[in-house]
Amino acid sequence: MVAQADPSNAALSRLSSLHFSVVLLVVSALLMIAHSMGVLPAWLVRLPEAVIPPTAEVLDVVFAFVQNDLGLIHVTRSIAAGLEYLLDATGNILYGKNRFPYLNRVSFLFIESLGPIPWSAVAAGMAVLGFWLGGWRMAILAGGTFVWTAMIGQWDIAMQTMSVLIVAAPIAFLIGLMLGIAAWQWRWVDNAIKPILSVLQTLPFFTYLLPAVIFFKVGPTAAAVATIIYAIPPMILMTTLGLQKVSPDIVEAGKMSGCTRWQMLTRVYIPAARTEILVGVNQVIMLCLAMVVLTAFIGMPGLGAKLLAMMNSFKLGRSFEIGVTIVLLAITLDRLSKAWVVKQPKHWERETPWWERHFLLLLGLGAFAAFYIISQFQTFEILNEVGRKQSWSKGREIDRWIKGVLEIDSIQAVTGWLRWFLNVKVLIPFRNALLWVPTPALIMMVVALAYWLGGRKPAIYAAVFFGIVALSGWWDRSVITLYTVISAVTISMLLGIPMGIMASGNKRLANWVLLTCDSAQTFPSFIYLIPAIMLFGVNDVAVVFSIVIFTMVPLTRYTIEGLRAVPLEMTEAADMSGANALQKLVSVRLPLALPTMAVGFNQAIMFAFFMVIIAAFIGTQDLGQELQRTLAGTDLGKNIVLGINVSLMALTFDMAILEWAKRRKKALGLG
Amino acid sequence: MTEAAPVISAKNVWKLFGPNPKSYLGSMEPNRSFEDIRKDGYIAGVKDVSIDVGRGEMLVIMGLSGSGKSTLVRCFCRLHEITGGTIEVEGQDIMSLGQKELIDLRRRKMGMVFQSFGLLPHRTVLENVAFPLEMRGQERHTRRERALEVIELVGLAGREDYFPRELSGGQQQRVGIARSLVIEPDIWFLDEPFSALDPLIRREMQDEFLRLQGILGKTVVFITHDFDEALRLADRIAIMKDGAVEQCATPGEIVMNPATEYVQKFTEDIDKARVVTVGALARASAHTAAADGNALDSEATIQGLARQLINDTRAFMPVQDKGGALLGTIKRQDALDLLLGAEG
Ligand SMILES: Nc1ncnc2c1ncn2[C@@H]1O[C@H](COP(=O)(O)OP(=O)(O)OP(=O)(O)O)[C@@H](O)[C@H]1O
Ligand SMILES: [Mg+2]
Repeated sequence: MVAQADPSNAALSRLSSLHFSVVLLVVSALLMIAHSMGVLPAWLVRLPEAVIPPTAEVLDVVFAFVQNDLGLIHVTRSIAAGLEYLLDATGNILYGKNRFPYLNRVSFLFIESLGPIPWSAVAAGMAVLGFWLGGWRMAILAGGTFVWTAMIGQWDIAMQTMSVLIVAAPIAFLIGLMLGIAAWQWRWVDNAIKPILSVLQTLPFFTYLLPAVIFFKVGPTAAAVATIIYAIPPMILMTTLGLQKVSPDIVEAGKMSGCTRWQMLTRVYIPAARTEILVGVNQVIMLCLAMVVLTAFIGMPGLGAKLLAMMNSFKLGRSFEIGVTIVLLAITLDRLSKAWVVKQPKHWERETPWWERHFLLLLGLGAFAAFYIISQFQTFEILNEVGRKQSWSKGREIDRWIKGVLEIDSIQAVTGWLRWFLNVKVLIPFRNALLWVPTPALIMMVVALAYWLGGRKPAIYAAVFFGIVALSGWWDRSVITLYTVISAVTISMLLGIPMGIMASGNKRLANWVLLTCDSAQTFPSFIYLIPAIMLFGVNDVAVVFSIVIFTMVPLTRYTIEGLRAVPLEMTEAADMSGANALQKLVSVRLPLALPTMAVGFNQAIMFAFFMVIIAAFIGTQDLGQELQRTLAGTDLGKNIVLGINVSLMALTFDMAILEWAKRRKKALGLG
Repeated sequence: MTEAAPVISAKNVWKLFGPNPKSYLGSMEPNRSFEDIRKDGYIAGVKDVSIDVGRGEMLVIMGLSGSGKSTLVRCFCRLHEITGGTIEVEGQDIMSLGQKELIDLRRRKMGMVFQSFGLLPHRTVLENVAFPLEMRGQERHTRRERALEVIELVGLAGREDYFPRELSGGQQQRVGIARSLVIEPDIWFLDEPFSALDPLIRREMQDEFLRLQGILGKTVVFITHDFDEALRLADRIAIMKDGAVEQCATPGEIVMNPATEYVQKFTEDIDKARVVTVGALARASAHTAAADGNALDSEATIQGLARQLINDTRAFMPVQDKGGALLGTIKRQDALDLLLGAEG
């Protein structure tokens, strides 16, 4: 590292780093040759059972101790009770849950008389809120989403999802805000939180779920807990970022105004960091939505559960409709919260009467109340609740239509051929090859890659992390996970990067693609399974396909952004040297865009690790499958071991690629 | 102007920026120059400054960009912890104050206008101006009254409910000025308050500032880049270079007797006749007794008396102060040289 700081040595060290990587690769090649000749001892092909430590069992003992002997379970159960109270309240208000074990009679009657709120009142309120935040377009989007949800007959399940969301998001916000402030205020908190955050962000979501179930009961409570934990990290990061960015002028002005520390925080820092904090709110909401949908796997009723059930029984029409609802909700929540970020307070002229100042608030309340009351009358029953028969759902027709289209010979020929080709010619051979490679050889290859990309530190981490994976006893399944990720990301690159390059040539097209990517990134990942299953049915190819579309988003996006950020004078210099478009792309634009593209590539790999686990329910044989199986039981130890495996593999790539991008940027003088 | 006990008294103040300033200063050999210190990896923001500011005095600090003006003023109100020396405000060593006492001192005695405004973007003009009062825990109604009063004073009446981003640079600076005045501070720090303004408005603001100061009569420490501005405002001018004060004296003194080459360069382009008073040129000499006829006012500038000096043909003229006491005489030729530039 020290030698590399010296520019004159850079070339030399680059050579030596390559050298080290080559040595590793040669050794692993020798191992493979030996293996193919059948002379490699068995303990070098796979670690023998005997040396694998019983990590899961040990963890189970530890958990049992913490849970029962230390009494953690009582703590969590009482937290669960509090959460359950809130969830019951929101559930009752939104869809009439009618279950109030913790309420006394009076408040029971009160809340009982409130809920469930008629859908038309919610839609009207949301439309006014949308108008306040972003004018007519936002009003139509927000109101329309809720009208659609009701008319398509999914109001109740959507409200089940929302009832968890509106409890989880504020709690995640508050916890994240407080931790973010603590991390900003005290160095040691920051140092303690950082590594935990990076593990949390790569931990597969099934690993959030089981502890939640064990410590916090099945159903909405566990769903809320898992959702909260999942949504906290970005809030912490955004809070810290925002507080650090507050300009010193404002801070000094605050000091000279005689602020105490508390006043400084609440009146100066937090308001001044408004933008970042609200961006954090946006991310919290989006992550909460994504997670709530996924908690279907632990029996949380709602949109996710319905979608899961429909997909399992191959009811494509209904799946599609639920998918549309989820996407609409995601876009609405995203746009509304983003509009809130940029909304600036506006001043009123003197003498403006109070009703004019609060006109929209009054309008919102008025519309809400009006629809509430109207919908109580028999004639307008439909405004209160859309019955099964009245809904516009065309599930069966769409189903028939989709299946019809898919059965058209030409289409079936294409998908069938693709399925066959990918499976027989690409995926299975690749998988078998990876599984055949002796464990130490594969580890060495990964370490060589990490060293070549990021130098010593990522290489050491790669060795340690993959060593742990090998010792966990789940090597083969980990390799299958890895194989799925690598194949999907490779295909995704072959599609996404050319697409990005093409789009970057045309400004309008580029903007349009970026906008699409932006929206697509807000969709809960679950959605991406729908087209995959539609096209390829339930098998490996569908898994890979869903990962491909999911990961194409960051790849395309960062390719465009990287190419766009190439300074104009550089391309002009190339023009003046008489380069044609292709030469310019290959020798000027791509090299300069590469660091940014690497960030997209990294995100794609992280997304892939995330998706491959979700896709498990389609029926893979990887870690995800095994993880999902643990959800049914109480194998907390095993669940954690599996989750950590995924996390460690993801982190290895994360560190190596980001380090490479950082160095490359520095070398190119891109700051 | 200056009374016996200074309001701010700084003695051998050092402010070093760097990894370990205190121990570095402790072990530093004396007389190291700014450059030497920089080579050791430290920046001398303030370098061994001793200066007093009297009650009701207006001290103007000048110097090139990066000479340490803002740093020095920040030391006065302890926005920076100084590395060495002592600073007393009204006889109290401010470095020995606890957090609470410091907050109290700022809440009651100090106002500051920042070079870059430092307005809170999420608050209206009114809320910004009332901010220090709010921090003091003043009740909403009274602080609103008081804030409106000051807003009126700086000429922003009618804009109370605007947000900073809706105001021009000059208006924003007025908000900054109003905020610094709202607690009626005894000591008023202004860091290049008019630098963001165009010449016309700047002139207007200077007049307004003088008018305010005429009403309020505060102790003022004022930073500027602009010599004309300094001349219009200052009782005394301190000229800084590389963290050190090169000279601190009245404008006339600085122009007539620059202490160092640097100060001289600084004042080279100034129209001296505008600055130098008759009193500064007056000498008690043998001619004093001989000179007769009407005496000149010692506080008038040479430029102010230009017409009279040209028309009056006496070689020597008597000078008297406001009380009528005779101070000495000035040589007409000296005055004309200053006014028209020396011959040859
Ligand atoms: N917080 C800080 N950390 C490190 N160096 C600083 C800091 N604040 C000021 N300095 C340095 O101290 C020196 C004096 O800065 P100062 O802001 O006092 O200059 P100034 O005279 O006010 O200049 P200007 O006219 O541009 O405002 C500069 O060299 C500056 O880089
Ligand atoms: Mg300054």
